[in-house]
Amino acid sequence: MSSTLLLEQLINGLQLGTMLFLMASGLTLVFGVMGLINLAHGSFYMVGAYVTALATASSGSFLLGLAAGVLAAAAAGAIVELLVIRRLYQRQHLDQVLATFALILVFSEGTRWLFGSSPLWLSPPEALAGSVALPGGSRYPVYRLVIIAVGMVVAAGLYLLIAHTRLGMRIRAGESDREMIGALGVNIRRLYTLVFALGAALAGLAGSLVGALQSVQVGMGEPVLILAFVVIVIGGIGSIKGALLGALLVGLVDTLGRVFLPALFGQFMAPSDAAGAGTALAAMLIYILMAVILAFKPKGLFAAHD
Amino acid sequence: MNTLTRAGLGLLMTTAVASAQADEVRIGMITTLSGGGSHLGVDVRDGFMLAIDQAGRDDIEVLIQDDARRPDLAKSLSNEFMQRDEVDIMTGIIWSNLAMAVVPSVVRQGTFYLSPNAGPSALAGKMCHENYFNVAYQNDNLHGAMGAYMREQGFENPILMAPNYPAGTDALGGFKHLFDDEVADEIYTQLGQTDYAAEIARIRASDADSLFFFLPGGMGISFMKQWENSGVEMPVFGAAFSFDETIIKAVGSAAIGAMNTSQWAYDLENAANQAFVEGFREAYERTPTLYAAQGYDTARLILSALEKAHPDDQDAFREALRAADFDSVRGKFRFGPNHHPIQDIHVREVVEGEDGEPTNRLVGLAVEDIQDIYHVDCKM
Repeated sequence: MSSTLLLEQLINGLQLGTMLFLMASGLTLVFGVMGLINLAHGSFYMVGAYVTALATASSGSFLLGLAAGVLAAAAAGAIVELLVIRRLYQRQHLDQVLATFALILVFSEGTRWLFGSSPLWLSPPEALAGSVALPGGSRYPVYRLVIIAVGMVVAAGLYLLIAHTRLGMRIRAGESDREMIGALGVNIRRLYTLVFALGAALAGLAGSLVGALQSVQVGMGEPVLILAFVVIVIGGIGSIKGALLGALLVGLVDTLGRVFLPALFGQFMAPSDAAGAGTALAAMLIYILMAVILAFKPKGLFAAHD
Repeated sequence: MNTLTRAGLGLLMTTAVASAQADEVRIGMITTLSGGGSHLGVDVRDGFMLAIDQAGRDDIEVLIQDDARRPDLAKSLSNEFMQRDEVDIMTGIIWSNLAMAVVPSVVRQGTFYLSPNAGPSALAGKMCHENYFNVAYQNDNLHGAMGAYMREQGFENPILMAPNYPAGTDALGGFKHLFDDEVADEIYTQLGQTDYAAEIARIRASDADSLFFFLPGGMGISFMKQWENSGVEMPVFGAAFSFDETIIKAVGSAAIGAMNTSQWAYDLENAANQAFVEGFREAYERTPTLYAAQGYDTARLILSALEKAHPDDQDAFREALRAADFDSVRGKFRFGPNHHPIQDIHVREVVEGEDGEPTNRLVGLAVEDIQDIYHVDCKM
């Protein structure tokens, strides 16, 4: 295995990780602050991608499209919180799962009804197309590097928001004792709407960025949502730091596994068997990782409520 | 929704017209009209109905139902067609796993089944049946033809990629059978995967001189877009399933230059094809895909057999089907002993069309008279 392949795979893992972080940070905030399991988080990812595709097509500018996608996802999040989620805080987790699962169906079928089931066309902007040289003679797509950069900026921004602003203080307070901050006069309902919209905006950002790389289609959010849940369980529910670390861990393990496991099996198996077995095990790898981590740290790496 | 209502309306209208006649023919079509991959079913249906409309016969009733790509639903629809509607002929299924769930019991119960797309190896070999005809291809045909073509073009070390599921392993198996040499590597992806960064890195690190992939539907769209920006310079080959007119329009410029094998191309020169392509463009305002051509050929085969016999006279009708006495849009067409086509496979290249959008252009012949390898297992 050459070192250039290893380097490229490390960057790929980092890129998958930052994208997962964008999804997982919103999910973990909503879970940690509001105690809500939101299965419909993947729908905001899809909303972001669709609006970005449409706005980019009509305005001709990817940046405008991206802004529209993020805002639309945030707006969708706020509306859903006001109409549906608000009624679920006092309910059990099972009710929340049922209601938000229903939201997935509503969003998916609604999108299919509006735009049909063919994928929409969205590509990275001209300026970010193509690839740059990596040390060792390999090349890497510029756009994926930009996704990593955006993820890092968002991570830093979230850290500043949570650790150094009044809103962040309230969010942290809401995590540790929601009755008490309500009693202290904080408008907890507005805080919840805000946090939910923030989470939806981050999911929309992830969907918009990734939509240009993959295809914008109905149901694109659900596979990512499953990975994002793995991330927050590994990282510890409610912890942004855990989400970042968990996302990078899952991203790296998944990407490296997909390349190196088939190669490893190839050492002692026929090539086509090795490819099949290696791929199958690589698909399981992150769940094995999750099981191992939970065996030693049942609440995840950085549990918010220890 | 538009397509569904149209199917529904068509269904209503045909039912109203038909019940008057005594020896009318009922055809039941189960195909995928909603959900992922629905453009295949829509095209099969539209091609099929175009041929029926062109024939102008009012004694043929076509019932159309949507299987939403679900084997259980396809199975119960086929029972409805057989028991309630008492159809004479069934057709329409796109996906091999659905075909495996439906076809064996349909043909065993004495109904004819003509496949306009799915051609799993089992139905061409051990499980072949006298009432089962495949008008499209055995699944391996296009992949195998590409293997033969790439070998002939002097590629020595291709790297292969397909999803890790039966049709994926079959595709690579079919390719290797006719490529008939060592390949650089085989990569299996997850079914439905959307990010191919890891696989592209492996392709880059390999010493392959070309890439052959089978990623049907949305998977191929994601892969081609990521491939374009990866900076890997390598000629790309595939089967038409990853390069039909609908898919390459979604991929955009990234598809330009890719070579793909198909049993049909819209610019094949023969009178039947010209009439088909013109009629299709006029009726539906788009360029037909290979699936539309398969639907059209299926209907025309049925029409040609109906000229000779009614399906109630099973032996005569079966003989008439076997004779394949119709002008296929593929040019020449005949059935092998297992009722699967023996046909030419062509090579097409994706080029920029006159409207600036990518489109397929016929390049030449890949393999003449290809026949599946499973027919030796077929005893009928």
